[in-house]
Amino acid sequence: MIPLQPPRRLIDVEVDGEAVRVPEGSTVLDACRTAGKDIPTLCYGDTLTPKNACRVCVVEVEGSRTLAPACSRKAEAGMVVGTDTARARHSRKVVLELLASSTDLSTTPMAKEWMADYGADPARFGEEAATVAQPPKVDNDLYVRDYGKCILCYKCVDACGEQWQNSFAISVAGRGFDATISTEFDVALTDSACVYCGNCVEVCPTGALSFKTEFDMRAEGTWDESEQTTTTTICSYCGVGCNLTLHVQDNKIVKVTSPHDNPVTHGNLCIKGRFGYGYV
Amino acid sequence: MDLHFGDAEPTAEERAAVDALLGPPVTAWEGGDRTEADLRSAARAEQARDRLLPALHAVNDRVGWISEGALAYICRRLTIPPAEAYGVASFYSLFSMEPRPARVLHVCTDLACLAKGVRDAGEGVASPCLGLCERAPAALALEAGLPPKATVYGGSPAADATPYTVERPEPPVADAVPQAGGQGLVLLRRVGVVDPASLDDYRANGGYQALRRAFELGPAGVIREVTEAGLVGRGGAAFPTGRKWDATARQPDQPHYLVCNADESEPGTFKDRVIMEGDPYALVEAMTIAAYATGCRKGYLYIRGEYPRATAALETAIRTARARGMLGADILGHGFAFDIELRKGAGAYICGEETAIFNSIEGYRGEPRTKPPFPVEKGLFGKPTVVNNVETLVNVLPILLTGGSDTKLFCVSGSVGRPGVYELPLGTPLRELLDLARPAGRLKAVLLGGAAGSFVTDLDVPLSFEGTRAAGATLGSGVVMVLDEEVDLPAFLVRIAAFFRDESCGQCVPCRVGTVRQEEALHRLGRRRSDEDLVLLREVGQTMRDASICGLGQTAWNAVESAIDRLGAFK
Ligand SMILES: Cc1cc2nc3c(=O)[nH]c(=O)nc-3n(C[C@H](O)[C@H](O)[C@H](O)COP(=O)(O)O)c2cc1C
Ligand code: SF4
Ligand code: SF4
Ligand code: SF4
Ligand code: FES
Repeated sequence: MIPLQPPRRLIDVEVDGEAVRVPEGSTVLDACRTAGKDIPTLCYGDTLTPKNACRVCVVEVEGSRTLAPACSRKAEAGMVVGTDTARARHSRKVVLELLASSTDLSTTPMAKEWMADYGADPARFGEEAATVAQPPKVDNDLYVRDYGKCILCYKCVDACGEQWQNSFAISVAGRGFDATISTEFDVALTDSACVYCGNCVEVCPTGALSFKTEFDMRAEGTWDESEQTTTTTICSYCGVGCNLTLHVQDNKIVKVTSPHDNPVTHGNLCIKGRFGYGYV
Repeated sequence: MDLHFGDAEPTAEERAAVDALLGPPVTAWEGGDRTEADLRSAARAEQARDRLLPALHAVNDRVGWISEGALAYICRRLTIPPAEAYGVASFYSLFSMEPRPARVLHVCTDLACLAKGVRDAGEGVASPCLGLCERAPAALALEAGLPPKATVYGGSPAADATPYTVERPEPPVADAVPQAGGQGLVLLRRVGVVDPASLDDYRANGGYQALRRAFELGPAGVIREVTEAGLVGRGGAAFPTGRKWDATARQPDQPHYLVCNADESEPGTFKDRVIMEGDPYALVEAMTIAAYATGCRKGYLYIRGEYPRATAALETAIRTARARGMLGADILGHGFAFDIELRKGAGAYICGEETAIFNSIEGYRGEPRTKPPFPVEKGLFGKPTVVNNVETLVNVLPILLTGGSDTKLFCVSGSVGRPGVYELPLGTPLRELLDLARPAGRLKAVLLGGAAGSFVTDLDVPLSFEGTRAAGATLGSGVVMVLDEEVDLPAFLVRIAAFFRDESCGQCVPCRVGTVRQEEALHRLGRRRSDEDLVLLREVGQTMRDASICGLGQTAWNAVESAIDRLGAFK
């Protein structure tokens, strides 16, 4: 059952010259989507408070000195938004270049398409450009942390912390380009507060966090999403009734996700639902 | 909260350092000895997140570094997840998460010291600007212990065989004020004249008259006078102070907080230090007035961790003022209650940003918050908050007494004969300031506003907020750094870029990666000219300016851009 929302006032916003009407409290991103405009997003998560850290979603808002992150800026009545102006496109292009030149985006969905669309050329920073490349952390049997792919979107930290899981096993450590996602003193997950709910994996937009099965199959070259089917069922471990989406390849469950639009669990699971598929 | 603390135990010394700050633990749940009673009831520890930064300081300042056991003990005492506490501790450059010697020598390799010929840190660790630019080249030795020791070194190390081991008394603060004791000074008039430790001296020199006047005027009257005087913020953004105060005073949400921003870390800036060292009661009085006007009962004075003498002066001033009824429950018998808590930063320029400072005080990573909401609505602890710079606040004293001073403090350093803090009327041509400071060599350019500012060559530019803006520059925090023809401009620009790369909080991509790419391109350009790299700088620079979350990223390319456009760098 979806709880009834109190009726919300509608406001008028202009997106790329087109009038759109959205409920008060909507973000600029909501308005843009209502207008049928596709804007890239990376750090935005449909189940999380926007952190507006990646800046790939920036748009031009008339009267604003700087560009605005569409994912978090609230739409205001009379706002004039440009999603496709030269200035907004320029920033998006350079942000993609900065990311791709420092991070392995090979498993980030849509990255390749966006780079082509914006004409991003990360190679122009040269061979010597600093990167965050590092060996993957394989310290448990359930999931892998490959921080060479991490764009520091904060989503895993927020999912693990007070927004969902309340385990606080990971945090951003260090500062600036040296910042990383880390446990205390970078101890192994097995020595940390992690309870292996995998809710961080669920929200990671880059594949930096992945199921061990996926990680191993990618290493073997057998991971093939076109060969996978998904079925959504109800978890049978306890009475909560969480939805599980089982991803199956070659008759084997290769990973488990959970629908974000479930009004109770919002894509979150516990270790049993997420990783207990050995027994399904 | 169900937290996991690991097995690491603190040493006796680490435990003592934390207990000295927080008091002994009451129950085993916070790391005390286990008693029978603990086993019968699960005590629910109060979360005291805002004690985190002081607790980290307590351990680091006493032991020299923060071990796993020490961090776990702090976390137990304050009910903080260890991963988060680690994230906070590792944010600050003055904290070490690895063993190191008790004494660490921080050698300034930043702009003013670079302009004086410093190339590297030698046996010390390279430090961003220490705010000792009038004594460049400068260094600061911090020695952990009970009590911790700080030694400031200034002047020419080259002339001295063992410059950073021989302790010499710090020169009096008035040495940093070439005009000290002279006519026409308003904000600096007591520096070098009063004994900074003496409240009586302060009162004998006009101290606490402005607060009496404030009590006569009432809060709204104070805000009116500040607004009418046209005071704008001196921390860099030049926002009208009266408007900020009025907006905060009107907020129904309670309590209201006052934060004095004494993080002063913009390279080349040292004016706030000079005020705090030379006239600390003025800041205490000014904070009291600001709090009275805006309805705050509690003020935080956030001072950068590299200012030992200013910190000591303020500790004395706050303690004395409290003992004499100038802070506390009933100030001067007017029924107004207000007190000040001093908070020490730990090496992070970004914590001077007006929302990062809240996170830092609250015990979170010093990352700027998204605005809106603005501090006047939701600031410290989510409550309406006034943040003001030290110089802004002390301007309120003359406003209430004589209608205002209309002067500004300028931090003059680099290639000049008389570096120091100057006080001149806003609008004074740059040339006049330089005449006072006596440029040493053949002048090449002046960096106005610090690393976040820009270069000018026109000496007729009026030193006012509008005048510098019209010239495509900014007064910023009042930095006037003079460069002569001898300066290695490419190296200077690389140092500016390195500063921003080091100090970026890392939250947003344009700044976190952009500052790295800017520095890399400048290194390449220093070796050979390249049109591609110039284009690259411009494109990355524009993106940092347009798409970064906060002022750090937004201004990280200003100086480099002006050097290319105005000084013909890399032509
Ligand atoms: C990266 C960064 C660092 C800053 N550092 C300081 C500082 O050290 N001291 C300061 O007063 N303002 C600093 N500011 C400006 C503050 O954000 C804020 O504008 C100021 O404290 C407001 O006080 P004012 O209105 O009295 O100037 C900084 C801003 C940025 C973006
Ligand atoms: S698996 Fe769960 S508990 Fe472990 S780090 Fe991820 S979100 Fe936190
Ligand atoms: S690991 Fe994934 S979710 Fe976490 S910060 Fe990196 S990219 Fe984001
Ligand atoms: S601009 Fe830089 S300092 Fe500011 S929030 Fe972004 S990364 Fe942090
Ligand atoms: S998606 Fe908006 S800033 Fe990342």
